[in-house]
Parts: sequence; structure tokens; C-alpha cells
Amino acid sequence: MSIATRSLPRTIGAHAILLTYTAIALFPVILVIMNSFKSRAGIFGAPLTPPTPKTFDLIGYTTVIGQGDFIHYFQNSLVVTVASLFFVLLFGAMAAFALSEYRFRGNTLMGLYLALGIMIPIRLGTVAILQLMVASGLVNTLTALILVYTAQGLPLAVFILSEFMKQVSDDLKNAGRIDGLSEYTIFFRLVLPLVRPSMATVAVFTMIPIWNDLWFPLILAPSEETKTVTLGAQLFLGQFVTNWNAILAALSLAIMPVLILYVIFSRQLIRGITSGAVK
Amino acid sequence: MGSLKIENVKKAFGPVEVLKGINLEVTDGEFVVFVGPSGCGKSTLLRVIAGLEDSTSGRVVIDGEDVSVTPPAKRGIAMVFQTYALYPHLTVKNNMGLGLKQASTPAAEIDRRIGIASSMLSLEPYLERRPAELSGGQRQRVAIGRAVVREPKLFLFDEPLSNLDAALRVNTRLEIAQLHRRLKATMIYVTHDQVEAMTLADKIVVLNAGRIEQIGGPMELYNSPANEFVAGFIGSPKMNFIDGARLGETAKTIGVRPEHLTVDLNSGAWKGTVVHAEHLGADTNLYLDCEKAGLITVRIFGVYNAEPGATLYATPDPAKTYRFGADGKVLK
Ligand SMILES: Nc1ncnc2c1ncn2[C@@H]1O[C@H](COP(=O)(O)OP(=O)(O)OP(=O)(O)O)[C@@H](O)[C@H]1O
Ligand SMILES: [Mg+2]
Repeated sequence: MSIATRSLPRTIGAHAILLTYTAIALFPVILVIMNSFKSRAGIFGAPLTPPTPKTFDLIGYTTVIGQGDFIHYFQNSLVVTVASLFFVLLFGAMAAFALSEYRFRGNTLMGLYLALGIMIPIRLGTVAILQLMVASGLVNTLTALILVYTAQGLPLAVFILSEFMKQVSDDLKNAGRIDGLSEYTIFFRLVLPLVRPSMATVAVFTMIPIWNDLWFPLILAPSEETKTVTLGAQLFLGQFVTNWNAILAALSLAIMPVLILYVIFSRQLIRGITSGAVK
Repeated sequence: MGSLKIENVKKAFGPVEVLKGINLEVTDGEFVVFVGPSGCGKSTLLRVIAGLEDSTSGRVVIDGEDVSVTPPAKRGIAMVFQTYALYPHLTVKNNMGLGLKQASTPAAEIDRRIGIASSMLSLEPYLERRPAELSGGQRQRVAIGRAVVREPKLFLFDEPLSNLDAALRVNTRLEIAQLHRRLKATMIYVTHDQVEAMTLADKIVVLNAGRIEQIGGPMELYNSPANEFVAGFIGSPKMNFIDGARLGETAKTIGVRPEHLTVDLNSGAWKGTVVHAEHLGADTNLYLDCEKAGLITVRIFGVYNAEPGATLYATPDPAKTYRFGADGKVLK
């Protein structure tokens, strides 16, 4: 960036801090992945060393794959995450557009109301949600999870996206109106592509808690049919005996899909908008 | 074909009244320029005409038809924005054609009109490019082209040149003037650039704080401004205003344009010292601190050598001196 920050001690300092942070952040992940390739004795004997020919063992992975249903759990997690993500982004963006674009009575209040969920954890309503799901016959369905996660993700999405939508040029939207585009076309074709980087931000923030959640799958959809990966991994976590090989292998596998989704979205983040519409 | 009538249009944003009763008539083929200080409501008025903003009260009549509740696309208008506002995902050709496509115009007709507009604005080489691959001046020409292909009854321009550099601004200004001559269309143009207003307009509308101060041709506004505001706004450098009492006059304020003052080394009406001199080549602007008149600007045609601190006498041309009453209006 500026010349001033390019001095050598500063560069070294900045890199030292960033590298330390990276090491701290990656340490647990690497530990999990490393140990997932080791035998039980290897894990307990020397948890911090990488797998050696003596301790290398794929028993964890064979257990997980052999468990058969695990592929199915993966599928469930993926369906729930992707569907929730889709609805959060769609409805969040639509609400944000309405709040930022149209002047109507109670606009500010509505915005506050929609953002309230950021401060109030949705888990406080678990009992009521469970009753609701029982009453509507949605217990043990993926739909129940998708509904809850959509509700959980919306407040932050609306909050962040409406800030970004306010920055989209009014002139561009007005040009569309003069050319006879409907409000939906203006939203989908003109505005959404311009706020894509912020959509990606929201997607990343929304996706990770959903994928990792244990609470709602355990309460709303614990059946064999609807188990998610996180819940499925609990299988190996016994009261008396814990199958560490399998748990570590399951966790390592569970990281992959989020990682892939993350890579997809972060490319959007970096690519930025195609400028040129507006000076 | 493209007349416009605005009847008592008012616009308020919450408690803030931005337009306070605008009445205006534009006849077919006229080039009308709105000028006024920043925030006076020029863009708001233009957006009300376009239908992008609802007026709080009053009527907008285009071509004899009340369009107060007609959506923008159905008003027969086209608008060019300061920020170009091109669709980033479409090529130049599709940018220009989108409005017609929305109105289900046959493809052959769309192509014909794009052909005419792009040759008029020399845009042919860029038809397949996207806006990101164009320079600022080209983008603004595309935006103008997009307006032209719609063959509107009324063109609306909102400061279309203010993002361009000085040389390009002159070129594009010429292009707009030619466009007006060729299409004979009605155009409404917002600017706060004096030169644009004076050179392009058939009729200038001077707005101030949501009201129309005066409507008239460029020379009419220059020669006979209705009040102090218009007198100060039209003309550059700005007209000198001198407190009438200091000159022993009955009028509240006396106004003289810098170009209507002459200077002399030895004698004249107002004795003063040179504070600063600006040499522009074609003319020279002198800032004089006068005993009687205070700080005034004098514009001298050609080169005039005057050092700061020198004593000079300035004399106003009595035939071109304006007298304003306490309410700011010109006294006859
Ligand atoms: N959406 C809005 N909500 C509230 N106030 C607004 C809104 N749009 C414009 N205004 C106010 O209306 C007034 C006139 O705005 P407008 O954009 O018409 O000014 P303008 O004459 O075009 O100025 P400029 O020369 O700077 O473009 C301004 O004081 C502005 O603050
Ligand atoms: Mg404006």
C-alpha cells in the first residue's frame, strides 16, 4: 500500500503477527487431520507427531465409510446447509432491497425489527420451536431444520445486505425504470450482481454455524433418516468408550464440504464487481 | 410533439419542502436548462418530470397528456444521468436496445435505430464492448445513445458532463447541441456550469431553494435579471454588489458586472488599491479594494499590468448599472 508501511521492520512485524495467528488458527485443524490417519495407540502415544509408518492407520476412515449411513448423513448436512443458505440469501436480499430502496411508513422500525434477531439467540425459543414443529408434523424432517436455519440466518443477512444495497447507484436503478424494467428485474439483474461480494460474505457467515450445528439436529431431527454429519459423529462418542479414530476421521471429512463452499464464495469475494457501470 | 407543462408542482421529503410550487411551460423543440445552486432541487424536479419521484401535489403534462400517475417507461421520456448508469452486464448494443426490447419493438427496428444512433455518436466500433471496457467519454456517449434510440418526446439530462474532463466536456457539449439541432427534440438539461447553460439553452430556468427565480433566454437573463439572485448567479466573474447607502444612493444595493467597469490611473468614480490580479491572457481580472465601494472585481479585456498595492480608479458604466430594492428585486 503506502510507502510508509513498506519499511522492513514493519513488514517483518506484520508478517510475524499474521503467521502466528495463522499457526494458532490452523493448529487444531491440522491436529485433527493428522491424528485421523493414525492408529489408536499412535493418537494416545504421541498426539502431536505426524503419522509415521509405524502409527499410520486408516482404521478411522474405514470405520466411518463402513458405517454405511455416513454418506447419507453427509447428504443431509449438505441439503440442509445449501437449502438454508439459498433461502437466507434470497429472502435476506429481497428484504434488504425493500428496506434500502423504498420509502414507506415504518421503514426504520421494520429494519430494526428484522435486525433484532442478531442480538437474541434463536436457541432461546427452542421449546416453542419444538412445539411448533410437533404441531405441524415436521419433527424429524429436513424441512424443520431448513426453516429454523433460514430464520436464524436472516437477521444478519438483512442487516449486512441493506447497508450494501444502499450503496448501489440510484441512477442505475432509475435508468432501468425508465427502460421499463420491472422492480424484480431491477433487483435480480442490476442490483444482485453488484452486491455479489457482500452476498458471499453473508453466505460464509451463515453457512458455517449451520454446518456445525448440533443443537437443532439433536432436538428437531434426530432420526436415522435425517441425521446430519455433526450428529452422526456423536455415534462414536460413547459414554464409556470413545472411538477416537472414527471421530477424527469423520471430523476431517466434515471439513471438506465447507471448505469447498468457502473456496467458491471467497473467489466471489476476491473477484469483486465488474466496474464500469458507474464512474 | 414534445411539449411539457408543469403546474404548481410541490415536493416534500417528510417535513422538508424541496420544491415549493413550480410552474413552467416548455414548447416543442425547445432546449431548456435548469440552473441553480447545489441542493436547490434541480434533480428533484427532473425526477418528478421523469416519474422517478412522485410529486406531493401539482400536475405534470407531457404532450397535452397528464402523466402525473404514469410510470416512467410510459411517459415517452429518456434520461441521461451524471454517473452514466449503464448496465454493467450488457454490451453497448444491448444497453442501447434494452428499453426498446422491453417495449416489444421488432428486432429489425431496434437494429435500425441503434445503427442511426451509433453512427450519430460514432459508437460503431464499440457496439460489442461492455461499459467497463470504455472510457468515460465513450460511456457518456453510450448513455446519450441509449436515450436517442428511444426516440422520446422529451430528453432529460442531469448534469451529463460533470464527470468528464474539460476538453471532453467541450466536445460532448457540441455533440449535444448538434443532436438537438438534428433531432429537433425537446430537451431539458440540468447543470451548474454557466458556460453550458449559456451556450446550449434556448431558455434558462434559474432555480433557488425550490422556487423559480426567473425564466428567460441567456441574453435576457444576462442583460435584465429580475433580481439580485439571478444577477449574481448568471455571469462570471460574479456581479459586484455594493451597499447603496455607501454610495449615497436610494437603492438598497447597486450591482455592476466586472466587465462593465473601466479603470484609470488618475481619475474615476471609485479610488482603490489593487489586491490581486489574475492574468488569463484574453482578459485580466483585478480585485480592487475601494474606499467607497469595498472589494470589487474588474474584468479588463486583454492584458493589463497592475501590481498589487498600486492605486487605481474604477468607473462603472451608468447604462449597465443595476439597482436593487430591499426585497432584492430590480428597481426600474
Ligand atoms: N430522497 C431524499 N430524501 C430526503 N431529502 C432529499 C432526497 N433527495 C433529495 N433531497 C433533498 O432535496 C434537496 C434538493 O436535492 P436535489 O438533488 O434536487 O438538488 P440539486 O439541485 O440537484 O443539487 P445538485 O446541484 O447538488 O445536484 C436537497 O436539499 C436534498 O437534501
Ligand atoms: Mg442534482
